[in-house]
Amino acid sequence: MSWADIFLEAVFYGFVLLTVSGALLAVRTQILMYTVLGAAVAFLGVAGLFMFLGSLFLSMMQILIYLGAICIVLVFGIMVGYTPRQVAEQGIRGQNLLLAVPACIASIVLLRSAVGRTIWPPVPTAERDFSLDAVGVHLLEKYGLAFELISVLLLIAIIGAIIVVTVKEDPR
Amino acid sequence: MLSQDLKTYLVVAALLLIIGVYGVVQRRSFIGMLISAELILAGAGLNFMAFNRFTAPDPAVGQVFTLIIMGIAAAETAIGVSFILAVYRQFRTIDPIQLNELQEPIPGQTPGADDDAALPRGQEPGDQDI
Repeated sequence: MSWADIFLEAVFYGFVLLTVSGALLAVRTQILMYTVLGAAVAFLGVAGLFMFLGSLFLSMMQILIYLGAICIVLVFGIMVGYTPRQVAEQGIRGQNLLLAVPACIASIVLLRSAVGRTIWPPVPTAERDFSLDAVGVHLLEKYGLAFELISVLLLIAIIGAIIVVTVKEDPR
Repeated sequence: MLSQDLKTYLVVAALLLIIGVYGVVQRRSFIGMLISAELILAGAGLNFMAFNRFTAPDPAVGQVFTLIIMGIAAAETAIGVSFILAVYRQFRTIDPIQLNELQEPIPGQTPGADDDAALPRGQEPGDQDI
């Protein structure tokens, strides 16, 4: 194993650490803005893992969509909808923790048996095309309908969000 | 070489899912729950990419699928944030437990008695305007 391999492996561990620690920060912190920060760090780690999985394009799209669009929308939602006093949450109820911990343990048991017991098929040895050209051809030919449906879905989501936000307040 | 092993990625994606489930159940604000749901979606995308890299005969399919997941996540966030803003303007609360209009009234409690409780602590009606 050469020094370059060891360096790459260290970078990989760094991205895994970023993902897990960012996700933990996102669910454990009391301040909502830190939650968005933790989510952004986790998304950045996932983008790095995408790079190790052979797709630089998906890694860039992850940074562009998740970090650039979704996190900004979430920050916007926090800053417009919440007064500063409410930005810090009021605390965690014990009742919720009692529900959350068993849910986690159940997920761990189920996933552990699934991941541990299954024997995955071996890596295909034939030459495979990871290039951006292949993705583009697939997106516009074989999966053209899904591509069009996603654009319609995004349009409907934008219009629906505008309608929901501009609805008149009910005078109660 | 852990970075060339399918199981490493599966474990990381499972950790994202578990942390996301924990957040959805434990969080007491809508934005926090939405962010936890985003973490679950990111874990799903990571799973798709891992299987695409290690087992799929055609590695472009998983990338297309992950792109579509990202598009749906963006639409979901836009709709979710607009719902949160609408709920906040209507009920003036960020606490999911206080959104109980459809809940069956508890015996011995007059309906409408907890209207004041719908206001966040330490705030007057009309204290904030969006």
